[in-house]
Amino acid sequence: MPKETTTEDVPIVKQKNTDEAVEAGLARLTPERIKTTINQVLENETGPKFKAYVETCMHCGLCAEACLYFLSNDRDPSYSPAGKVKQTIWEMLEKKGDVSTDFLRRAVHIAHTECNVCKRCSMYCPFGIDIAYLMLMVRRICHKLEITPLYIQDTVNSHSATMNQMWVKEDEWIDTLQWQEEDAREEFENLRIPLDKVGADIMYSVIAPEPKFQAGLIYQAATIMHAAGIDWTMPSSPGWDNSNMAMFTGDNEISGRIARAFYETAARLKVKRIVMGECGHAFRSIYDVGNRWVGWAMPPFEVVHAIEFYHQLLTSGRITIADKYKKTVTLHDPCNVSRGRGLHDMAREVTNMVCDSFIEMTPNREHNYCCGAGGGVINCGPPYKGERMINNRVKAEQLKATGAEVLIAPCHNCHSGLEDIVHHYDLNMEVKFLGDIIFETMEKKIFNPGD
Amino acid sequence: MNAFIAFIMGPMVWIAFLIFILGLIFKLVVIIKDVNARESYVYSYLSVKYSLRSIFAWLIPFFPQSTRQSPVFYAISYIFHLLLFIVPVFLMSHIVLVNEAFQLSWFALDDTLADILTVIVVLALVFFAVRRQTVPEVKYLTSFNDYVLLIIVALPFITGFLAYHQFFFYRQMVIAHVISGELVLILIPFSKFSHMVMAPLTRAYMGSEFGNVRHAKDW
Repeated sequence: MPKETTTEDVPIVKQKNTDEAVEAGLARLTPERIKTTINQVLENETGPKFKAYVETCMHCGLCAEACLYFLSNDRDPSYSPAGKVKQTIWEMLEKKGDVSTDFLRRAVHIAHTECNVCKRCSMYCPFGIDIAYLMLMVRRICHKLEITPLYIQDTVNSHSATMNQMWVKEDEWIDTLQWQEEDAREEFENLRIPLDKVGADIMYSVIAPEPKFQAGLIYQAATIMHAAGIDWTMPSSPGWDNSNMAMFTGDNEISGRIARAFYETAARLKVKRIVMGECGHAFRSIYDVGNRWVGWAMPPFEVVHAIEFYHQLLTSGRITIADKYKKTVTLHDPCNVSRGRGLHDMAREVTNMVCDSFIEMTPNREHNYCCGAGGGVINCGPPYKGERMINNRVKAEQLKATGAEVLIAPCHNCHSGLEDIVHHYDLNMEVKFLGDIIFETMEKKIFNPGD
Repeated sequence: MNAFIAFIMGPMVWIAFLIFILGLIFKLVVIIKDVNARESYVYSYLSVKYSLRSIFAWLIPFFPQSTRQSPVFYAISYIFHLLLFIVPVFLMSHIVLVNEAFQLSWFALDDTLADILTVIVVLALVFFAVRRQTVPEVKYLTSFNDYVLLIIVALPFITGFLAYHQFFFYRQMVIAHVISGELVLILIPFSKFSHMVMAPLTRAYMGSEFGNVRHAKDW
């Protein structure tokens, strides 16, 4: 039986979850500290853009239609994008930072677990107001008040200590890559996962969950690189993980360190370009966010997401598909690479090149609904999982309407978030990466240099 | 009383227009100085091409997805905003005043048509007010000030309509009409009415980010 969102579920949401880090943080706060911190951020860390967004909003409510939280919660106005700004920024401004800990408990909940900073609402605001930016400003304030939710704060702590988000130690990282290489060599003789190869064409980038518990994805990527005869490398030193959770907690300083370490690793290896595996927000962190903090208008390297890379491999014939994938598939457009990078049409072309029957979901492309996991929401962890399921009912309905057997999600966050949605709503779909299907269907060529 | 009328119909008109125009210029100068001082990175992304692309896309009726999902609101809103300019600028009695002062004249609306259009403007404002009361997500955002804005815009149209028809208190109505018209002009730079110049700016920036960086549409 599908777990419908019944009225019995509503109180769970209304009660608004919290966690020990938020509570401990709130207990430490004094009214003076709250006021000083809020005003410091609003006065010194914002500028005319923030002012224009707040002053220009006409309270028309048209952004509501864009938001998966609003739509999934039976059009409850407190979940509308501007409604979330009202409950956070407007009140902070109105009270000049003099807000209570109860207010902050609500604010941290809204900014961290009721907004994916997906920017869909900016496409529904007639003025193009960047509400996601305002929510990130609330997270910045929460960071400075040290009331960031526990699980996501842990990933930032990990970044700070290890430069990756999952406490992967340096030797574990190298060991995992070599283990995958060894395994893959049983299938493809001569296959290498070249570490620290200076001057390689491509530096391939993965996020910490891959070595931690999805090492098979590194295996797959290596076989695709091998079959295509790509001159590639992966760094052995810290600086390989650009999943940058700090950019979602408003810890801009650590976020900047992560981005800088990443670019410097690429620079040290003198690679021509960076290929980012199927992760949306890691792509965003080096394509759109980290570069700005480090001081580059656009990334200092050519940054290519897996979708674009697969597209190049397939259209240039460097990999060929032996037998197209037979099951019916639908495609989820991750915010950070469709609305964030315009790769949605390429993703469709790749899907059609490797799959027999592709069913479109609606809405799609730039207008696709977020998976509900992105923007750091899933990273707030188990305390918030129940409401994350309820908050994205609209995604479940959208997926169900396709009737497809397989759901392609070319993004780690989307993949995990959608797995949860599929299970919670009993959608009976398999969630796959594009790379999974390419690996399954491609001709497993053994590449010999010179071929 | 005559001196007061002479003032509000003479120098005050000048003052209102000056505050309106200089106020908007001042607002723009402050923003540009502020951007230069604090957020000069904006220029790294701002592009004329993508700014205009976004602004024009949003000017085409029912082209953006959002406008198609709320067709009634947008239809009324488009008409309202157009009439807000068309009715006062092309009203015969306004043109006559300008002609007396500067010997300038231009195309004028038929008086009956102008009368109907005035009623449409007021009805649109009533629609906005009712919408603020009845649509939950709008009601949630609405504060007292939002109604004040609607009333301030409605006043010159209502008083103008009543004065034209000379139903009652003709003289007082004309005075109220002139004062409320001047009030709107004066308030534009210093209230949410400034979205008249701010909206194209925010649209331009978002349009540039979507065009330049995101390579995606923003409509």
